[in-house]
Amino acid sequence: MKKWLILLISWWLVLPAWALEATPTENDPVAQKRAVELELKLRCLVCQNQSIAESDAELAVDLRRQVRHFVAEGKSDEEIIQFMTDRYGDFVLYQPPVKTTTVLLWAGPIVLLLLGLASMLLLVRRYSKSADQSNEQLSAAEEARATALIEGRDEL
Amino acid sequence: MKRKWVLLIPLCVFMILAVFFMVGLNRNPREIPSPLIGKPVPSFALPDFRSPDKTVTEKDFAGKVWLLNVWASWCVSCREEHPVLVKYAKEIGVPIVGLNYKDKYADGAKWLNNFGDPYTLSIIDADGRFGMDLGVYGVPETFLIDKAGFIRYKQIGPISEEVLYNTIIPKIKELESQ
Repeated sequence: MKKWLILLISWWLVLPAWALEATPTENDPVAQKRAVELELKLRCLVCQNQSIAESDAELAVDLRRQVRHFVAEGKSDEEIIQFMTDRYGDFVLYQPPVKTTTVLLWAGPIVLLLLGLASMLLLVRRYSKSADQSNEQLSAAEEARATALIEGRDEL
Repeated sequence: MKRKWVLLIPLCVFMILAVFFMVGLNRNPREIPSPLIGKPVPSFALPDFRSPDKTVTEKDFAGKVWLLNVWASWCVSCREEHPVLVKYAKEIGVPIVGLNYKDKYADGAKWLNNFGDPYTLSIIDADGRFGMDLGVYGVPETFLIDKAGFIRYKQIGPISEEVLYNTIIPKIKELESQ
């Protein structure tokens, strides 16, 4: 137990070393926070399932430095995002923009859901209708047989 | 059952999915289309590898079709690509500009000494800033630039003989004739 506590505490102690790089925003917590938020939105193209905030790839290090320079220079989020998409394409964004080429991506799930709901409604309606109709349309002979069955005068 | 065709719907859905998966699984997720295709090559002023006090800019290649090949001595796939460039440099017939990307100068020089130098000239991008303007994310990458200075094609990953003959040389011929 004690061993684990020591391990945990030492881990906490090294955390700051891990989080900080010498960057132009390091003395300004507001700018630092903005830079990290931006970095979390940008995908590292080398290890594609990590953002540049998380990745240790050299490209991610370079891009982080670039983002921090821009933040320190006072560029807006839009300008920084534009800089990245101009060079690396929309793929660099975790959340792709709505465009003609991404309509399927954005609308696909909703369209599928609507299709599913519509076909479910259709099926339910059809079956309930046909069940109603078959109840009403017993012929005289069927009626007599049903009565016989119910009263136990006949067997199936 | 009046509507037997309803039973075919699951099969159809499966077939459509299968086609999507077949296309999707055969694509290389590392090949990300470059937004720079059809745009002018980003401007640069970088030192010449052979005589670093000389500056090379994109204007030096105005009116020519040329290849910009991003390489580095630390890049593993470049070892695969390099012999192809050395062997076919003459046949390619247009200037091949090497971009020594985020490399140590001495390592780069040793590499060219050991493996041959297919480049018309190389330029030095030690901090990778020009590479960032080009959207380089994996070395080697090669850009084909037309006479007007527009990027027409980007090869991601090493140039093999196959890529060279099926894609790059035909594209060069097409651009040369324009």
